[in-house]
Amino acid sequence: MRLLNLFKIAFKAIILNKTRTLLTMLGIIIGVASVIAMLAIGEGSKESIRSTISSMGSNMITIRPGADDRGPARGSGGDVQTLTLANYETIKNQSTLLSYITPIVNGGGQVINGANNWPSTIYGVNPEYLEIKVVGLQSGSMFTDAEVKSASKVVVLGQTVVENVFPDGQDPVGQMIRFDNIPFKVIGVLEEKGENTFGQDQDDVVIAPYTTVQKRILAIDYLNQIMASAISEDDAADAVIEVTDILRAEHKLMDTEDDDFTVRSMEELISTFSSTSDMLTILLVAVSSISLLIGGIGIMNIMYVSVKERTKEIGLRMAVGGKGSDILMQFLIEAILISITGGLLGVFIGLSATVFIEKFLHWPTSVTLYSILISFAVCAVTGIFFGWYPARKASSLDPITALRYE
Amino acid sequence: MSKEIIKIEDLKREFTMGTETVHALRGISFSIKEGEFVTIMGSSGSGKSTMLNILGCLDQPTSGTYEIDGVSMKDLSRNELATIRNEKIGFIFQSYNLLARTSAIENVELPLLYNSKVSTEERRERAIKALEMVGLGDRLHHTPSQLSGGQQQRVAIARSLVNNPVMILADEATGNLDTRTSYEIMSLFQELNKQGITITFVTHEPDIATFSNRTIVLKDGNIIQDYKNENIQSAAEELAKLPKQDD
Repeated sequence: MRLLNLFKIAFKAIILNKTRTLLTMLGIIIGVASVIAMLAIGEGSKESIRSTISSMGSNMITIRPGADDRGPARGSGGDVQTLTLANYETIKNQSTLLSYITPIVNGGGQVINGANNWPSTIYGVNPEYLEIKVVGLQSGSMFTDAEVKSASKVVVLGQTVVENVFPDGQDPVGQMIRFDNIPFKVIGVLEEKGENTFGQDQDDVVIAPYTTVQKRILAIDYLNQIMASAISEDDAADAVIEVTDILRAEHKLMDTEDDDFTVRSMEELISTFSSTSDMLTILLVAVSSISLLIGGIGIMNIMYVSVKERTKEIGLRMAVGGKGSDILMQFLIEAILISITGGLLGVFIGLSATVFIEKFLHWPTSVTLYSILISFAVCAVTGIFFGWYPARKASSLDPITALRYE
Repeated sequence: MSKEIIKIEDLKREFTMGTETVHALRGISFSIKEGEFVTIMGSSGSGKSTMLNILGCLDQPTSGTYEIDGVSMKDLSRNELATIRNEKIGFIFQSYNLLARTSAIENVELPLLYNSKVSTEERRERAIKALEMVGLGDRLHHTPSQLSGGQQQRVAIARSLVNNPVMILADEATGNLDTRTSYEIMSLFQELNKQGITITFVTHEPDIATFSNRTIVLKDGNIIQDYKNENIQSAAEELAKLPKQDD
């Protein structure tokens, strides 16, 4: 009852000073809105990275020759010849956590169909490649294990290659093309995958049996890469350890020696990119938080002025029976009402801004409930924190002095 | 005999100003009975304001006793004093002290907002009744800026009545008003007093004292006169004697 009355009093005071209240709220509104929008942008880009990487096969594991090449001044992994077909066989036979595995050899070259030609990359793989990359066929079929064994000159083309070497919309399946000087029969076309987050065109590929690419195009006997997929996403981390152990044994490495290969799961890649995006998010939120803090100081400033300005009113309220605690609560409620209303408006504007950013700037955004809850809680606390001092000041006024204040 | 609303005995109030001690009240004793209309007079520096603050439970005496409606003020906390002010005293100020941009009825309701025993409906009812008593039953929703000085003071009087106090304490309540309006206000006070409301009126204007039934004169912190007024003037009659205003 008493609290309800104080609420009414505080509400009335706010209504009587609409413009000032709105200006006071502005800081909080902008603060909350920007925190929400920034978090939405941060979360959005993180999710977009995650989903692109997942679309590349989230339980995918890549094994490259050469040590971890994240350090400076190392040779490119492709030049190192420590990964062999025998390694691939061993992993395939010994591993328990992998569902698919393919050797990969790749090289650049020109895809030629009559007068049309297009520079692309040929990937020599086995039929399991499609399962690992989570990509289907748009038409035709994939080559078989038998065709791998016999090193058949067959290829499956990506969409970009098809568009460039078959520009008149002709069905490529069954047609003959040349990769550099070697003729191949097109037996299938891959589904379109589009660009990945890193801007790489995933459709600009030519896929052929690895035996064919090894022997007829590159003339090498080692592998550029082994690609596999773990049984499930959860097994990916364990699979990385298992493959590492198998390969260390295979390469007869001593305990003191570093790996001469690199095994990485997509999960690691995701976390690398996520942490970059997290850093950015933290930075953005930190900046927005400062504006929220300034908003809070704005409330304190206005409340302080308001107490000064209403000294006589406070004196009167005390004279007619308002206790110190009543006055304290009145001003505190006022501050909290201002900050909460500002917070609500801020949430609303933040959400609108997010929709705007998504719609017109085409940035990926993702609003999380926690961002709304956090910024809202922060602004309620701001109200209490910055409202306390002026309210305390009001409540400790001497009624006699306050009544005579001019 | 009717009961004593105010009982003051050997009341002293001292202020320390730097190294000096100022004796604002030097041992004052008097009592006010229910239904009295008392004016407390004195020039500035007489201790009048200090007296008013103590009577209004806004200040505590240095020594001596002060009882209001049988309750001793001694050793009461700030909060307890606030409750006494809320339930037993109705304040009226020289400058009305109404809340700006707030309707008459809401101004009158103010003391009851701090009394949790009064419900919203009762609060409204009592505020309307108080405004009717001061003749502003048709101005319930006017804000102070839409009211004349006299009307504003009437709202303030209604506000002082709304909590059914044992005593109304007026501080120079006619100080800001012209003669005609101040007579109007005084006649309202006399009417309220006839209905049995105890009024203590602090003023420095001698003519106001002629409307009350008892006058206490303070000088340098002592009571120098305390007399019953045998010849009480009627403010309504005085008002009638004033030359007519043509509006």
